Amino acid sequence: MSTDNLFTALSEDDQEANDRLHARLVATAVAEGLLDVAYRTLDTPVGSLLLAATDRGLVRVAFARQDHEEVLARLSAEVSPRVLAAPDRLDTVARQIEEYFDGSRTIFDLPLDFRLSRGFRREVLARLPDIGYGRTASYAAVAKAAGSPKAVRAVGTACATNPLPLVVPCHRVVRSDGSLGAYVGGAEAKEVLLGLETAA
Amino acid sequence: MWPHGIRPKFFARPDSRSPDRARLPDVSLKPFEEIVAEHGPTVLRVCRAVLGPVEAEDAWSETFLAALRAYPDLRPNSNVEAWLVTIAHRKAIDQHRIRVRVPVPTGTLPEQPTDCAEPRMRDTDLWNALRALPLKQRQAVAYHHIAGMPYAEVARIVGNSEDASRRAAADGIKTLRRIYGEGASR
Repeated sequence: MSTDNLFTALSEDDQEANDRLHARLVATAVAEGLLDVAYRTLDTPVGSLLLAATDRGLVRVAFARQDHEEVLARLSAEVSPRVLAAPDRLDTVARQIEEYFDGSRTIFDLPLDFRLSRGFRREVLARLPDIGYGRTASYAAVAKAAGSPKAVRAVGTACATNPLPLVVPCHRVVRSDGSLGAYVGGAEAKEVLLGLETAA
Repeated sequence: MWPHGIRPKFFARPDSRSPDRARLPDVSLKPFEEIVAEHGPTVLRVCRAVLGPVEAEDAWSETFLAALRAYPDLRPNSNVEAWLVTIAHRKAIDQHRIRVRVPVPTGTLPEQPTDCAEPRMRDTDLWNALRALPLKQRQAVAYHHIAGMPYAEVARIVGNSEDASRRAAADGIKTLRRIYGEGASR
């Protein structure tokens, strides 16, 4: 019997127990009101989406190209470091997004937490659901609707920094010349989303 | 308002609600999920070595719940593993008090097998052997050999000297080798 065997035995990992304890931690954290940010990822036709929620509602949706790890670090800094992977807490969100992608949902019915967006940007985001499913509006039109017709650039910034893309439909905001313009999820994702909505 | 127009240093801190965004990731705490992923398995092994496989899960759960509660106040760049093991140590002591009203370390193997019902706990012999150690030795073995802490840190947590911790770990390992060796060579 060598000491090595002893230490191997002592350092053996038990993934099943780790998973079980993680689930138990999430459950007690929820019960004690200590889970400030719950998150999960969801595979979709536009790649893996990070979904995060507070007790107020969905607080963040992020594309893979936005770097999920970085997004979680920001949530930890800006909302609370009490962040845990808790897929069950996002069941409804995930289901509605899946329904959106299979074409059976045109409006999201979810509590939203806009705390990551402030001021004029938030005003802009609040107008976006007015652009119906399958339609588009120009940055200029959105600026006008938000009450600041000259703030076309600011509308672009509001869309580019939308903490809740997809659910708050900044993908429906396009250029005045009809071209799609940029998108937080990448131009390709914007094309997929608008294509999906016009096909339905 | 302030003499000489200079605000006291105490008030000189910029508004904490508008932190410099670009520097945030360096100075702020990681998402707690990362703490669980990085240190959860080690803390579980420590709890198992000190308490045995069944009670370990209660101690682990209490440790991480307490850690989650206190986490926002933890200073960034703290030694998180030492922090967690310190909490686990206290929780394990509580568990141990509940379990053993009169803690008399005997140094002999218990007659009956442990109620080691965990299907994934492959090495019942090892847990039996650990159970035979006095608590101080189990702690020293767990904190030094499993959590990888220096003896000075082990001493700080258990509240004795560095030498005493080193001795406790050495004695523990010696006994473990003997008992576990016998069990494993069957």
